[in-house]
Amino acid sequence: MKSRVIAVPYVIWSGIFIIVPTLFVGYFAFTDSNGTFTLENISKIGKYANVFGRSIIYAAVATVLCLIFGYLLAYFMAHLKEHQKSLCLVLLMLPMWINLVLRTQALQNILMDNGIINKLLGFLNIPSVKLLDTSFSVILGLIYNYLPFMVLPIFTSLEKLDNKVIEAAQDLGANSVNVFTKITLPLSMPGIYSGIIMVFIPCLSTFVISEKLGGGKVYLIGNVINDMFNQNYNFNVGAAISLVMMLIMIVTLVIFGFLDDETKEGIL
Amino acid sequence: MDKVIIRLQNIHIEFDDETIIENLDLDIKDKEFVTLLGPSGCGKTTTLRTIAGFVTPDRGDILFDGVRINDLPPHKRQVNTIFQKYALFPHLNVYDNIAFGLRINKKPKDEIDEKIHEILEIVNLKGYHRRSVDSLSGGQQQRVAIARALVNNPRVLLLDEPLGALDLKLRKEMQIELKRIQKQMGITFVYVTHDQEEALTMSDTVIVMKNGLIQQIGKPKDIYDEPANAFVADFIGESNILDGTMIHDFLVNFDDAEFVCVDKGFGENTPVDVVVRPEDIEVCEPDKGAINAVVKIVTFKGVHYEMIAQSKNFSWKIHSTQYKPEGSQIGLNIIPEYIHIMKKEAGTAN
Ligand SMILES: Nc1ncnc2c1ncn2[C@@H]1O[C@H](COP(=O)(O)OP(=O)(O)OP(=O)(O)O)[C@@H](O)[C@H]1O
Ligand SMILES: [Mg+2]
Repeated sequence: MKSRVIAVPYVIWSGIFIIVPTLFVGYFAFTDSNGTFTLENISKIGKYANVFGRSIIYAAVATVLCLIFGYLLAYFMAHLKEHQKSLCLVLLMLPMWINLVLRTQALQNILMDNGIINKLLGFLNIPSVKLLDTSFSVILGLIYNYLPFMVLPIFTSLEKLDNKVIEAAQDLGANSVNVFTKITLPLSMPGIYSGIIMVFIPCLSTFVISEKLGGGKVYLIGNVINDMFNQNYNFNVGAAISLVMMLIMIVTLVIFGFLDDETKEGIL
Repeated sequence: MDKVIIRLQNIHIEFDDETIIENLDLDIKDKEFVTLLGPSGCGKTTTLRTIAGFVTPDRGDILFDGVRINDLPPHKRQVNTIFQKYALFPHLNVYDNIAFGLRINKKPKDEIDEKIHEILEIVNLKGYHRRSVDSLSGGQQQRVAIARALVNNPRVLLLDEPLGALDLKLRKEMQIELKRIQKQMGITFVYVTHDQEEALTMSDTVIVMKNGLIQQIGKPKDIYDEPANAFVADFIGESNILDGTMIHDFLVNFDDAEFVCVDKGFGENTPVDVVVRPEDIEVCEPDKGAINAVVKIVTFKGVHYEMIAQSKNFSWKIHSTQYKPEGSQIGLNIIPEYIHIMKKEAGTAN
């Protein structure tokens, strides 16, 4: 009974800020500008299939790269001394205290044709390279912004790993490769799944990063939705696209959340 | 039985500038059952970890079959360990935990299967192979840990209090089982325990340690009958430890009485520790013995009575089949062979 009472504020909160907006999105998605029911908006989504595809690819590439770099970083951090760990954690989280738009703007300045990198190259008599407004710059922006969300859950699961278990594996003849593949990696899977969810979903819906670092050349689904609402004022198609994207996110959540639970069950 | 398989030579280990093991010399013979016995924190686990390769000594050598293995990593050493806190793999079930070492060594599937079912029977866990390890009780987990190490048929098995979590009955059963396995498979056991009875009943050789120093190495009976100092006497079995004075060879004074003994070479009028086992004290009528005492507490212990009897200066612990009621006057006698005289050591006198 008590737990239900405690849940009341949360229910009110999610009612106002999650359920109601979602219902609105649903309403707009299935009505035309006069408010009558229609499936036209949904049928128009097919036009954006390639944008959906591109978004998924960008988000997936960024997630995989975040996973690789993030795992290495988390592994390195987990093996530091206690005080070095705290320092690393602070350094990792520090950029997160700055607004995403501002961070991305800074990255734009660094990558510009006459930005600091190209100036440095020019100084070394190396011809300048086009960095901004490329796939590279967008992926870089995604990794730069979302890497901490990959590192933290993996770091936590590596932290929890008991050194005695690793010693037991070594004792039974496991070399360092065996220890990693048979012990460390399986036991850090929950962290990996959480990290994937926490990076893939915001990457999928980003529009700031693709706008600032893609210069209109990398047009993602987030940009489509943004344009629908802020330029074309076509709320209905925008809502329909949002709805489909929510669906993709829910599928991602269910798959990795389920895998996560499976591994956790095995461990706890 | 006489070939030395592991030799620890002058091992010295420090953690954070604190000496944990000091100049340890130890020979472990092939197929021998050796037990490290000592109070908590004396360095038993550290000694095992040195043999397993998880601790590198600051000085000294570890030889295996006569070859120096100081720099050999743990996974290449021909020893397996049963860890004090089991350290089972939480993401693997019972079967996969036990199969771990065999799979690393690329044993064929049929052989793994056969060996695991065999070992599960030995450790009394038949039918548990599909269970996840966290669904097991402490004692069952401990037996999985035993199986996981034993199944690899190592030359040397290091056991760090492997029966600590078991109840008395199961512990006794597993003691017999481990001893049988050790003999049958011809494995050298290096066994760590707090439990002196376990050490005495199972071992070929007992090593008593204190503060990282070996106090005595010997056969269980020798250690019990001839403890090297008051610490060993106190730790192995129950004893009465008294301050005494060696008057001259074969004559000692303690508890205000003079006793003939079999020891010599301590000099004249030298302070010594005197150790008498509770079961070596003879109870007789008052004034018929060397010491008079009053019975304070009597407890029935199954085979014998345990009595606490107060003499003028000392509270004696006596094991006797003879019943004397509380408050009664008794006399105590001790025959010379049962009086153990030890040189006084700094820090060991009570
Ligand atoms: N990694 C370490 N760092 C610092 N000190 C340590 C370390 N490992 C052990 N010690 C210290 O070394 C001493 C011996 O420890 P050890 O674990 O060998 O004792 P033990 O005889 O096995 O005790 P117990 O019977 O309680 O298991 C202890 O004082 C312990 O605090
Ligand atoms: Mg220990």
